[in-house]
Amino acid sequence: MAEKNFTVTSESGIHARPATALVNKAGQYSSDVTLEYNGKSVNLKSIMGVMSLGIQQNSEITIKAEGSDADEAISGLTEVMETEGLGN
Amino acid sequence: MSKQLTGIGASAGIAIAKAFVLENPALEIEEKAINDVDAEIDRFNGAVSIAKEELEAIKNHANEQLGEDKAAIFAAHLLVLSDPELLNAVKDKVTNEKVNAESAMNEVSNMFISMFENMDNEYMKERAADIRDVSKRVLAHLLGVTFTTPASITEEVIVLAEDLTPSDTAQLNKQFVKGFATDIGGRTSHSAIMARSMEIPAVVGTKTVTSEDIEGKTVIIDGIDGKVIIGASEEEVASYTKKQEEFETKKQEWAKLVNDPTTTKDGKHVELAANIGTPEDVKGVLENGGEGVGLYRTEFLYMGRNELPTEEEQFKAYKEVLEKMDGKPVVIRTLDIGGDKELPYLNLPKEMNPFLGFRAIRLCLEETEIFRTQLRALLRASVYGNLKVMFPMIASVDEFRQAKAILLDVKEELTSEGVDVSDDMEIGMMVEIPATAAMADVFAKEVDFFSVGTNDLIQYTMAADRMNEKVSYLYQPYNPAILRLVKMVIDAAHKEGKWAGMCGEMAGDQVAIPILLGLGLDEFSMSATSILPARSQMTKLSKEEISSHIDHILSLATNQEVIDYVQEHFATEEL
Repeated sequence: MAEKNFTVTSESGIHARPATALVNKAGQYSSDVTLEYNGKSVNLKSIMGVMSLGIQQNSEITIKAEGSDADEAISGLTEVMETEGLGN
Repeated sequence: MSKQLTGIGASAGIAIAKAFVLENPALEIEEKAINDVDAEIDRFNGAVSIAKEELEAIKNHANEQLGEDKAAIFAAHLLVLSDPELLNAVKDKVTNEKVNAESAMNEVSNMFISMFENMDNEYMKERAADIRDVSKRVLAHLLGVTFTTPASITEEVIVLAEDLTPSDTAQLNKQFVKGFATDIGGRTSHSAIMARSMEIPAVVGTKTVTSEDIEGKTVIIDGIDGKVIIGASEEEVASYTKKQEEFETKKQEWAKLVNDPTTTKDGKHVELAANIGTPEDVKGVLENGGEGVGLYRTEFLYMGRNELPTEEEQFKAYKEVLEKMDGKPVVIRTLDIGGDKELPYLNLPKEMNPFLGFRAIRLCLEETEIFRTQLRALLRASVYGNLKVMFPMIASVDEFRQAKAILLDVKEELTSEGVDVSDDMEIGMMVEIPATAAMADVFAKEVDFFSVGTNDLIQYTMAADRMNEKVSYLYQPYNPAILRLVKMVIDAAHKEGKWAGMCGEMAGDQVAIPILLGLGLDEFSMSATSILPARSQMTKLSKEEISSHIDHILSLATNQEVIDYVQEHFATEEL
């Protein structure tokens, strides 16, 4: 299993557009990928799951991946977080 | 017998074709027990994949015709259809409860819809509508209900609908959709704006067009005069075909002027600019030969959302417009909100007299954080083109001084942060309040330019709400009272070596143009599609000659006398 913590720096949190990019990326891996925020954990391959968290600026989030390509998933998603200006 | 309906001409031109009624079917979902779970899940997967294919096509079409920005929403819709939480919940329900896929889908999507609707965040609440839209598409396929989407049109038609949603208009294919008419809407409703940017004739606000017996009949749309003719006779088709040809010929004549500067018969140059609301509108400005943007209404950045736009978002929009205009002048108006334009998230109190109340610059001078954020974005963008900033609804010299002082303070703040800002950005103001016109000579010493906003100037001068049908007869653009005020503004500007423009409807009006030219107006800012007819008209007008008529025109008594005089003496372009 691999995991990584992020602080969301984007002024508008994780809204539809960046959420779309994250979910699309997560879908490329066979690992189970989850997003944890505020004690809740959702499937990062689910757009509605991600959106339902209503993540705002300055939130601390954790992305976890479990499966054969867990490490690749974390590095791929880290890249999306950075290129979408979501956080680091 | 043909039947004629009157509406609002939303996009000029004539279209003649068969009627196509865009219906929005009501879906009735019944819960049924099933035996074959696998077959039911196959059926569900099938419906989802057809819906995906449709959305994919809509997305690509929107991408081509409307740009990536407007297509992004369909990418999110597609993800909903791939969402494992949604799909698995439906399949689990079918498997465990042995119910039909439509009732399972309906129940699961309703659960998600109500979850989003109950969130605190306004933005998330709106996402419920997206889920509803997507699940309706899947349900329609499961029920075998034909969803008449505009994308399914493959022959030449006139689309008739109660209203067109953004996802409907995103699918309109110009090759087949020759025009459309709707029951509701006005000149500035979404569908009307789309029709103009796609350049297809449209009539909106007909009230009843979808309740008529229209299926399969020949329909004529006259977007010039706002008429819809249903079941047109051969004679009517012939006469409108002629009108259509004349309009097309004229359009081709106008199109030749796209790259020409605007020059009058006596060789004088004036600037014909366009009014825009979003960066996407720039395309239309350039295609119609606009020499600048005379009014960029920034309030669209603030509307249709649930929080203020960030500095970065605004900066990107302003920069995009400036870069696309490639050095041509761009006048950006600071936030003009309040009055009839509300922003729910600002929680402003209801007013008895919103047009005379807390709005535009008055609000910005009070809510300085909102104002400063916008000014920061504007100043940062100023190095990417020829930006001019304009303050709306200025009533007193004090207000202009205050607004300008804040702008200069923000500029200093940016400079001290090491941010590049333009040094020669012009700062001007709108003239919408008669008091400002009366004091124009004093203002002219402090501003770099004026732009007359006629829509408000007329209603404030005549003290008549133009939305009120009982008094709309007082909305008189050519009333000599208005013309005299406009003259005061132009003369005051010129006396101080400044320029004067106009950005209301009047600037693109064929009767007003000769008078405004004669008064010496420097810049005319109008809807992009009015630019070429106006340029064509200018080539037939002599500024010198009209100037000699001005004193007489200003001494006329009524609105109608002015119209008659102009039509008798000067060239107007038949639209």
